[in-house]
Amino acid sequence: MSTMIETESLRFAYPADEGQKPVYALRGVDLTIEKGSFVVILGHNGSGKSTLAKTFNAVLLPAGGKVYVEGRDTLDQEFLLAIRQRVGMVFQNPDNQIVANVVEEDVAFAPENLGVPTEEIRRRVDNALRAVGMDEFVTHAPHLLSGGQKQRIAIAGVIAMEPACVVLDEATAMLDPLGRREVLSTVHRLNREKGITVVLITHHMDEAEKADRVIVMNDGRVDLDGTPQEVFGQVARLRHLGLTVPDTVDLLDRLRQKGLDVPLDALSVETCAQAVAGALRKS
Amino acid sequence: MPILEIKHLTHTYSVGTPFQRNAVEDISFSVEPGEFLGIIGHTGSGKSTLIQHLNGLLRPTEGEILLNGKDIWAEPKKIRAVRFQVGLVFQYPEYQLFEETVYKDIAFGPKNQGKTGDELDHAVREAARLVGLRDEQLEKSPFELSGGQKRRVALAGVLAMEPKVLVLDEPTAGLDPAGRENLMANIREYHRHKDATILLVSHSMDEIARNADRILVLKSGHILMSGPPSEVFARAEELLTAGLDVPQITRVAMALRDQGIPIDPAVYTVEALEKQILALRRGGGLC
Amino acid sequence: MLKDITLGQYFPGNTPAHRLDPRTKILLVVLYITALFTAGSFLAYGLMAVVLAVCVRVSKVGLKALVKGLKPVLFIIVFTGILNLFFTPGENVLWALGPLQITAGGLRNAAFMVLRIMLLIMGTFLMTYTTSPISLTDGLERLLNGLKRFHVPVHELTMIMSIALRFIPTLIEETDKIMSAQKARGADFESGNLMEKARALVPILVPLFISAFRRADELATAMECRCYHGGEGRTKLHVLRYERRDYVALSLGVLILAGVIALRVFGK
Repeated sequence: MSTMIETESLRFAYPADEGQKPVYALRGVDLTIEKGSFVVILGHNGSGKSTLAKTFNAVLLPAGGKVYVEGRDTLDQEFLLAIRQRVGMVFQNPDNQIVANVVEEDVAFAPENLGVPTEEIRRRVDNALRAVGMDEFVTHAPHLLSGGQKQRIAIAGVIAMEPACVVLDEATAMLDPLGRREVLSTVHRLNREKGITVVLITHHMDEAEKADRVIVMNDGRVDLDGTPQEVFGQVARLRHLGLTVPDTVDLLDRLRQKGLDVPLDALSVETCAQAVAGALRKS
Repeated sequence: MPILEIKHLTHTYSVGTPFQRNAVEDISFSVEPGEFLGIIGHTGSGKSTLIQHLNGLLRPTEGEILLNGKDIWAEPKKIRAVRFQVGLVFQYPEYQLFEETVYKDIAFGPKNQGKTGDELDHAVREAARLVGLRDEQLEKSPFELSGGQKRRVALAGVLAMEPKVLVLDEPTAGLDPAGRENLMANIREYHRHKDATILLVSHSMDEIARNADRILVLKSGHILMSGPPSEVFARAEELLTAGLDVPQITRVAMALRDQGIPIDPAVYTVEALEKQILALRRGGGLC
Repeated sequence: MLKDITLGQYFPGNTPAHRLDPRTKILLVVLYITALFTAGSFLAYGLMAVVLAVCVRVSKVGLKALVKGLKPVLFIIVFTGILNLFFTPGENVLWALGPLQITAGGLRNAAFMVLRIMLLIMGTFLMTYTTSPISLTDGLERLLNGLKRFHVPVHELTMIMSIALRFIPTLIEETDKIMSAQKARGADFESGNLMEKARALVPILVPLFISAFRRADELATAMECRCYHGGEGRTKLHVLRYERRDYVALSLGVLILAGVIALRVFGK
């Protein structure tokens, strides 16, 4: 597999008030994100996860270290548009990223900026809306849609750039459970069917269940990194970092402490039930 | 006597236009003093409309709202007094902060209530203490605080009016797990120490499962179910068909029952499920 | 309720009125306004009213929606009406009370003014109802394109306009929410004198401004992430092209204006 995004001892600080020392939001992050993977980044507020995401398409530039997108240095001004076209970003508040009053016009915004010819824009808009399952809403007014639908429009607006990677910066935080499910199944499908790399920043632990890889940020550094099973197995560590573990893992953890022979890495409801049933039958 | 009684409440939007629709239709229920009532339902199930009736922000198209047995609209001019008794915390309440200091912002409600001097100061400080704000934070601008802290200032702004009934619309939306747990602890503390009645609207089944004594499930403007969590979550299949979530533990329990393991359908917390599983192991009655 | 404000609203449709090129519609409105200000007789106003009625019919926009659009400016209409009614000097006095008098000229002026404002507003609203804000600003940008030579930032100005139009519903909704939230804390917007009422607006305006700035900031980032870099090299999903119907509509517009001018010149 080839590399989508690579960071090298990446540091970043937000400008501080006068006379104050800058506070580093990122203090040396080394990560390699493979093409086609589905990566979830977790962490409490202020852990640096959103800052990290924003360095992936040069919205924020490193204060130290490097970020490479498909080998291109984000500090190089010359690559700016090319990098942003390859790595699309979806933000938290759906209302604040929709530019136009008509769905198709909004989805067309990025290709228009890129100077794509008119017929090609039409094709991309239609494909993008189909990819997020919103093709019935071509001429609708976005402000009348539900939160989940608005976020799908925002995703379509990014897909229309034909990017290799989509970063969702807490894009599910303001949605209700239905909206969250819509957005999650949409990005999982894009990842599966179009091979788009997905980086999902969230503090909903359950959204990490089906990821290829989970990264937990703390205090500007990577604290845990592995498959969901590996990461959620670290119950004590996660609690220490101010994160909760899914109830399934919590249950398995308690049962293990009581001497029941169950694995900790049965994350989903089904595998958890199977593990418990298996252990009960054995004993 | 119930502290709140909702009788045959119907609310119709855009009367006389093609957009006319009933957001809630013929809803009746009552809330006992000191109860912790959880309200669940989809976006568009009518819960926002319902709760805005409880403090008189919306006026019923039909039906009535009784507070301590009195119709809140008996004297429309005194509706403001109702808002001090039924405190309503909106979604993302930090977006209504406006004062120069945290202290002044928390004081807005009690001042409108007519409190002055020591009484006002006491109300503000007590509310700040309840949500865990430190004294030196009171003189800061609310806009310098973190998201979670702003949310707590906004909550304090309503608690400072010392409402007997506290209604919260998705109070933990958008917070991280630690922030969610802190805020819920603040709300539980207000419930316990002020004998307040709490109505909590939430999308998070786990939050409702952990806190509510009774649950009201709304669906397209009607009450679908009402009862203690063990009863409501025992009807998990119905909830799922209605497109609603159930707590993750309820789903694990369902999956275990599917495998022939006799778990009580009323189980919905980690602790309870753990106990049942351990009891089954000791019983050793499985083959 | 604030939600009733219809400014900048667009009713999607596929009538001839919707299909006209936005540039045509802007030019037609300019012709229409010129005609309204040229009109000086009931016959001319009658003609304009008929023109508007036909356009409304063609557009399939309900008359109700148009009348609703008049609501926010009702005060201005009534005010100009009264001003003209009572304060037009003239000989043929019909009624008088102290300094107030109604003259035949005043009656006529008042009727004309009220008609003019109502027709003007309904006409421009008809354009915004049948043209999506995007194509409206698009049309404006193309019409004003020539000004770019004089270093007028036409693209930037029209982009600002279309974003402003896009955010009107969002900000109205937000104002409603903030008002409810402050009312829940006992804020009182109804009673008190003018000073107190003005002060009562602070708890609404401060959060509204802060939120507008936050939104602007986030939108700017989101636009940059979607490769926005000014008007240079931009292409369009919908390219504006004049069709036969546009030429027909424009010719009709010119004819009607000529008719109104003729009525004015020869109608005395």
